[in-house]
Amino acid sequence: MQPSAHSGLAVAATPAQLAVVDAALARLRDLPGALLPIFHAIQDELGFVPTDSLPRIAEALNLSRAEVHGVLTFYHDFRTSPPAPTVVKLCRAEACQAVGCRSLEAHLHQAHGAAMGSTTHCGALTLEPVYCLGNCALGPSALVDGKLVARLTTQRLDAIVAAAKQKAAAPGGRS
Amino acid sequence: MYSNKVLDHGTKAQESATQVTLQIDGSNVTVPAGTSLMRAAVDKGVKIPKLCATDSLDAFGSCRLCIVEVEGRRGFPASCTTPCENGMKVKTQSKKLAELRRGVMELYISDHPLDCLTCPANGNCELQDMAGVTGLREVRYGYDGENHLTGEKDTSNPYFTFDATKCIVCSRCVRACEEIQGTFALTVQGRGFDSKIAPGPTDFMSSECVSCGACVQACPTATLMEKSIYDQGQPDHAVVTTCAYCGVGCAFRAEMKGNEVVRMVPHKDGKANHGHSCVKGRFAFGYATHKDRLKTPMIRRKITDPWQEVSWEEAFAYAASEIQRIQKQYGRTSVGGITSSRCTNEETFLVQKLVRAAFGNNNVDTCARVCHSPTGYGLKQTLGESAGTQDFDSVDHTDCIIVIGANPTDGHPVFASRMKRRLRGRPGTEGAGLIVIDPRRIDLVRTPHVEAEFHLQLKPGANVAVLNALAHVIVTEGLAKEDYIAQRCDVGEYAKWRTFIALPKNSPEALENDTGVPAAQIRGAARLFASAPNGAIYYGLGVTEHSQGSTTVMAIANLAMVTGNIGRTGVGVNPLRGQNNVQGSCDMGSFPHELPGYRHVSDASTRALFQAAWGRPIDSEPGLRIPNMFDAAVDGSFKALYVQGEDIAQSDPDTQHVQKALEALECLIVQDIFLNETAKYAHVLLPGSSFLEKDGTFTNAERRISPVRKVMPPLAGLADWEVTVAFAAALGYQMPYSHPSEIMDEIARLTPTFTGVSYAKLDKLGSIQWPCNAGAPDGTPVMHENEFVRGKGRFFITEFLATEERTSRKFPLILTTGRILSQYNVGAQTRRTENKVWHDQDVLEIHPHDAELRGIKHGELVALHSRKGDTALRAVVTERMQPGVVYTTFHHPESGVNVVTTENSDWATNCPEYKVTAVQVTAHAKKSEWQKDYESFSSSQEGFLPGTATRGETN
Ligand code: SF4
Ligand code: SF4
Ligand code: SF4
Ligand code: FES
Ligand code: FES
Repeated sequence: MQPSAHSGLAVAATPAQLAVVDAALARLRDLPGALLPIFHAIQDELGFVPTDSLPRIAEALNLSRAEVHGVLTFYHDFRTSPPAPTVVKLCRAEACQAVGCRSLEAHLHQAHGAAMGSTTHCGALTLEPVYCLGNCALGPSALVDGKLVARLTTQRLDAIVAAAKQKAAAPGGRS
Repeated sequence: MYSNKVLDHGTKAQESATQVTLQIDGSNVTVPAGTSLMRAAVDKGVKIPKLCATDSLDAFGSCRLCIVEVEGRRGFPASCTTPCENGMKVKTQSKKLAELRRGVMELYISDHPLDCLTCPANGNCELQDMAGVTGLREVRYGYDGENHLTGEKDTSNPYFTFDATKCIVCSRCVRACEEIQGTFALTVQGRGFDSKIAPGPTDFMSSECVSCGACVQACPTATLMEKSIYDQGQPDHAVVTTCAYCGVGCAFRAEMKGNEVVRMVPHKDGKANHGHSCVKGRFAFGYATHKDRLKTPMIRRKITDPWQEVSWEEAFAYAASEIQRIQKQYGRTSVGGITSSRCTNEETFLVQKLVRAAFGNNNVDTCARVCHSPTGYGLKQTLGESAGTQDFDSVDHTDCIIVIGANPTDGHPVFASRMKRRLRGRPGTEGAGLIVIDPRRIDLVRTPHVEAEFHLQLKPGANVAVLNALAHVIVTEGLAKEDYIAQRCDVGEYAKWRTFIALPKNSPEALENDTGVPAAQIRGAARLFASAPNGAIYYGLGVTEHSQGSTTVMAIANLAMVTGNIGRTGVGVNPLRGQNNVQGSCDMGSFPHELPGYRHVSDASTRALFQAAWGRPIDSEPGLRIPNMFDAAVDGSFKALYVQGEDIAQSDPDTQHVQKALEALECLIVQDIFLNETAKYAHVLLPGSSFLEKDGTFTNAERRISPVRKVMPPLAGLADWEVTVAFAAALGYQMPYSHPSEIMDEIARLTPTFTGVSYAKLDKLGSIQWPCNAGAPDGTPVMHENEFVRGKGRFFITEFLATEERTSRKFPLILTTGRILSQYNVGAQTRRTENKVWHDQDVLEIHPHDAELRGIKHGELVALHSRKGDTALRAVVTERMQPGVVYTTFHHPESGVNVVTTENSDWATNCPEYKVTAVQVTAHAKKSEWQKDYESFSSSQEGFLPGTATRGETN
């Protein structure tokens, strides 16, 4: 419950982004189980689902914002902020855990500032979790911009971060 | 969490015609079909360990601590989700079960801080208890693995804390918010190991949470915990009492330590609330010990004098001598009294008794004048009794609900949660249909998982037109329940009404201009309501506070009768009464024309009864109503007033007229817990006592009489009833009661609808719905069951007459007023609690179109003018409003909303027309003249209190 004189949530998403959200809502809101298709449609266009879109989605589907947030965060596929130019999806399932994926995660966090679900300090790489890539025998595994990488080590991760920085600095790379 | 001193049955009670018998740990148990093994075991005195189950929620089956063995079945079913079956043989304890349960606990505890000794839940924690009963002795996983022990604390809510480190993700909180409160403000964020409880992507304060506390009550750990427990520690005893805020009348356990309330927890056995509450009742009780409480009686000759502290005896002697002097000088009828809808039945009864017996006139009225007097009048005329027809539970059996002129999610939150549950329906079943008739898009119109089929967004003042149009459709489309009417109603009157209502002028098409509602919507709504097997109407002050308030109430009764919707569960006419005891204050004879039990003062036999009991003659002439008292005071014929626990200077319309009247009084005696607005005009101040400081009863909107119990001594030494008794004695009239139970005995002796009520019976039954007498010894949940109280139900012709308050070039907008969840009435209590964080000022809601036209920006101070006066408020630009209508609340005196409202009132009862005032709103305002005068008057009055210099500094 917000104070009654409150001016409403500060909106950080751009009007263009919100227009994408509204268009997706207009198109899909009447589907049964519309929430996931709406998230996918927004992420396909924007690369992420802006947090500011939650009240709109909630309002359109007559759900609470909390419920929409719950579903959004349940699926690892959805991001709530724009990804960096390079996205690393690190496997966190049992087999990869057994061969130390958690310490890789910790390394990325400590050395580069990317906690799970967030972006490195340099802004070049976003770390996301994934659960089993079917590559269990060769773990720890990850997808780097969609490409499967096996037998990851901290050194190899550092190299991936370095490459990501180059890509971000190159013309056309977002930063 | 709920006190672990109270038995938790684990899952809900089931109702079923079929009983099943099974064996639990070797002994037979018989329970209604559908009962869980867990609950059946508890019935037998066997407690099965559990964490994710509690008896206020549907079973969920996630923690696996409650596993049992069932003979002939494989595996270990969860007892919370497994229903009992005939012939089952269940074992709740075995070596294997113990091992498995210990394993579950070990996992939980390996991710839980081990700081029990300094934890606020210490002594009342289910996790602790379960570690105990499962015999957990070691945790093999160690604590250096991954855990959640570095989680953060969310302290943004003023009343409770969310400490993520202690969370076991049982989701009881999430389910409580959904199932009980119906707000859906919580979710499980993320999945697997990362899952965490969250109020959406934000903290509690900025979330959708309405701070009802249901999640706090459901949480088995210290994760969601009252801040008062952090500060004061766990309570050691509890007293069951009744909330002193709204007309829902929730039952509470006041959990205490000595004389200190540690927390208020809604009582599971409370029949009005079944263990739920809102932010006011549960959390906003701090006003009772606020430093502003008046603790000493005070007197003064003139209102420009400083107050002088005196003893109780001196105060009574002075007040009595003034009343006697004034009556000698100006006559017997120059004095009067106002009873309080916030005080107990017993106290209200005494004030009217004092006026009638000791003042010797009938100049007694109550604040119901300004809220539900048309309800009393309208329902008495049509049905025969001045009260709602149902209990709250009835809503569970409704198929279609009309909400007209009420905003239950703000005004009657606990009942609103109940209603929303019925509107959502149970999983797999349809919810009830909903028709909202309101100028404003109130929350109920569309809120998560609830959506009205029809929102008839009428123009303020057009209630009668809309109700007539609905009835017109029902009658002319052959949807009237003619059988019911023939059997139960006065057919002659019905025939007349039927002819009237069928006239073309009452069709939705003909009335479209007046109502502002498209005719097709009205037709649709009428068909929906008339075709529902059970239809129920709920209404509030948006019905009564109009110049046609009484007519509207009668039109509602007509609509209920014509659709056959009175006299059984699931239907009815249900006024949602505003203050905690407004029903009771009316029952107790607070009106100038009626003795207790709604019997007219002109009735000689009733008078004889009271005369005999009270030993004084009773005037056969009705006395003055509140607005007449004000007029008479301004005219100079009314000179003294005794006001108990009401703030007429803030709550009544046309403030400047009220102020003039109060200034004209020679003796104003105010009894209140604070120096309220009225007290600033007083000559005698008698400190009041809060609901925690006295015994008595309140009667809620469903006619339920519930006990109020003293948990601490009165701050100023006397309870309110004792003050009235002593004041009467000073006037030479003795009312020698030693306890409020004796007052109730007198009420029961003198009032036919109360003859069966006594404190002993209240202790036994918990609460009683009147009528309670020989015919209904345990009370009456549903009224008019076999016949109407008046015999035959009577239809009244309800001609629509537009209010005289019209918009004009000068005042082109309509102002309507209402309330907000976090504040209560004039706010004297809630403003003195942390609830002020939600509503620290009254704001003016205005449609974007009207705002733009006037260059008004969100959040800016705007001026509000009417023909009566001016004030200034902050604007909130919102599409909740329809263009042409603005809205505000009256919880803060400095907003001066009632400076703007007019003297217009209901034709039958003088209930003021708060809901319709023609106004203009202009941008770039400064405070109005009235507001500046108010500020300086108010601060000089506060300066007159003894010791104010130091009060200012410590604040
Ligand atoms: S906050 Fe309490 S009720 Fe909610 S999941 Fe955590 S432990 Fe359970
Ligand atoms: S306090 Fe009430 S509304 Fe808020 S999260 Fe808890 S249950 Fe939901
Ligand atoms: S204010 Fe009303 S709804 Fe809230 S707890 Fe008190 S009686 Fe219940
Ligand atoms: S566990 Fe990582 S790839 Fe299967
Ligand atoms: S109590 Fe039955 S599974 Fe949790």
